[in-house]
Order: sequence, then C-alpha cells, then structure tokens
Amino acid sequence: MTIATAFLALLEGQPRHGYDLKRAYDQHFARDHRLHYGQVYTTLAKLLRNGLVIVDDIESGGGPDRKRYAITEAGVTDVQRWLDEPVKPEQYLHSDLYARVVAALLTGRSAAAVLDAQRDEHLVAMRELTRRKTSGTLADRLICDHALFHLDADLRWLEHTAIHLDELAEQVRG
Amino acid sequence: MSALLVAEGLHKTYGPTVALAGADLVVHAGEILSVMGPSGSGKSTLLHCAAGLSTPDSGRVGYAGRVLSQLSDAERSALRRREFGFVFQFGQLVPELTAVENIALPLRLDGMARRHAERRAVGWLDRLGLADKGKARPGELSGGQQQRVAVARALVAQPKVIFADEPTGALDSVAGERVMELLTLTARQAGAAVVLVTHDTRVAAYADRGIVVRDGRSLDRAGMR
Repeated sequence: MTIATAFLALLEGQPRHGYDLKRAYDQHFARDHRLHYGQVYTTLAKLLRNGLVIVDDIESGGGPDRKRYAITEAGVTDVQRWLDEPVKPEQYLHSDLYARVVAALLTGRSAAAVLDAQRDEHLVAMRELTRRKTSGTLADRLICDHALFHLDADLRWLEHTAIHLDELAEQVRG
Repeated sequence: MSALLVAEGLHKTYGPTVALAGADLVVHAGEILSVMGPSGSGKSTLLHCAAGLSTPDSGRVGYAGRVLSQLSDAERSALRRREFGFVFQFGQLVPELTAVENIALPLRLDGMARRHAERRAVGWLDRLGLADKGKARPGELSGGQQQRVAVARALVAQPKVIFADEPTGALDSVAGERVMELLTLTARQAGAAVVLVTHDTRVAAYADRGIVVRDGRSLDRAGMR
C-alpha cells in the first residue's frame, strides 16, 4: 500500500483537508511511521495531477488558504482495483535463516547454536510485541498479532530444522 | 531480584524412562517465567518436582529457606496450599461445586469459615470478568471461563508462586489469550511469580524470561532473559 492509495481510501469516505488526512493516516495506517507534512502535500499534488482527486472547497481566512480534497470517479476505481487484487503471498524460498544454517554446517560451526541464538532473538521480539499488544487498542492488537503469528511460524521452522540437523549436515558436507 | 524458589540437579525416572537428568530452575519473586520444550522433554515433570507435587529421585528444591524434601507430607501439603497456586490444562475444578465454591476451596481446606472464603472468592470472580457466573457449575461454563475460575482459585489464597502447566492447552486462541492476559495481569497485581509450562511460543511470550528444557535438562541462555 502506498501513501497515495491510503489517501484515496480515506477520501472515499469523505472529503478532507490536508491536516485531517495526515491525522487519519497516522491513526489508521502509520503505526510507527507517521507522515511528515511534506509527504502529505507532495502526495496530494501527485493525486491532483493524475486526476484522482480534486480540490472541492477553499477556505480563505487570516492565514493561507485551506484546500479541501475530494476523490474523483477515477480515484474510486483505483481504490477498487487495489482491493480486488489480493496481496501476493511471500514465497519465503530465499531464507536467510536457512542460509545461515547451511553456512554453519559447511564451515564446521555449530548450526544448533545458530538456531538457538535465533530462537532467543525471536522470543525477545515476541515478548516485546505481546507487551505492546496487551496494553494497546484493538488495532494495536491485530497488528501485533500479525507479527506474532509470523514470528511463531519462524520458531516452528527453527524447531523443525533442529530435528533434521544431523541429516542435513550429511547432505551438505556430501 | 531475589531467588524465591531454587531447584538444582533434579533427576527423576519413571521405570526405564528418564524424565529429568539434572534439571535446574530458579524463580525470582514476582517474575513470570516460561518453561518451554518439546513433548516429553521433562518440562511438566520439572514443574511437578519444583512445586512439591512429585519427589525427585535426587536433587534439591529450596523454597524461601526451606528444603522441600526435608518437610513432612503434611508440611508440604500446607506449603502448597498457602504459598503455591496451580492451573492445569483441564479437569481441575470440582464438577459438583459452583464457581464460587471452587474458587473458595483452597481457603476452606485451610480452615477459613465458609462465609469469609466465599466473600473473597466473589471478589476474584469480579476481577476475572465472571461476576455473573458465581452460581454456575463447571459443566455450565465454557472452557475459557473454566480456566478463568481456575486462575481465580490459584490466586485466592494470595500465593507467592503460581504453577501453570499448559493453562491454555485446551482452549481456542481467543479464549487462550484472554486467560493468559488475566493470569499475567492478576498475578503481577498480586505480586505472585508464575512458572508457565507451555509448548506454545505465543503463550511463552507473556513471560518476562524463559528457559528451555531438552532431554531432561534446562537451558537458561543469556538471550532468553
């Protein structure tokens, strides 16, 4: 998801000013990576240029004019196209973890130690995510859960690989 | 942090099967410690020996200045009742008793008058989100609710250590998370340590620290802290 796509989704709900867009983006999409105002206005300029949004109101006051942005039909089509296309599942076929295990076996180092160290690192990360999840909102919980399920899958792979280390060592060393 | 419970060099065999082969365990006051390991690694046996539910063939378990093997059966029972709480995977509630009566049971067994014991039990029901389930019997509760009653029962006598053996093992992931959140939150509020045996890393992630048991021995590595 790009910032532009997120803006379009936010504007489909209702027209918004730049500041309001940034606030809504930070709340729903940003988590740890909040937007800079510069990013807000360069993104809006690009969306205007591509005909995906228009300026539907300008408020003049003491300070600079405040523009309100609204989505166009082309913008709505863009949002629909984005949601219609499922995220491509990661193939996970080029695992750095696996490469490290093989490198350890090839060089006569302890692959079990590599797996153990990785397991510890994963568990530390999972504890931190769990602390964050239990003290957060439902959005925090679901986002942390997504990370936790992935780390859990890695840990299962580490256990599974530990069982096959001797066999793998024979094959790797030929 | 001071060590509250220290198990050293525990050995335990069941017939030809070696369950523990020199396992160690250190529990500090107020901490939540996960004990992980594959099936048959000895993690549950380690919990049972550390809690005085089983006697190791050799090795030593010390708790707050006392050595468990030097206590009489009655003294060990009293220690378990007053200082320890237990949460198991299932089958731990008395089916004929209501939720309140189940929670009050450790206090009643320790001689507290029924009225006082049940008043305290009701307070724990509230804290575990079961205020309207006091009169329900275990068979009328969901698996998650039963485990929350078990958590309340484990905490009602204000123990120093809760021993939890796969406390979410029979629950779906949503009910399991609720139990884990309540178990860890209420234990922290009460200042009780928790020894959490689990094979599930998402459950172990609720702990402050972890050890791994493999082939009857404990691995306590720097990164696990």
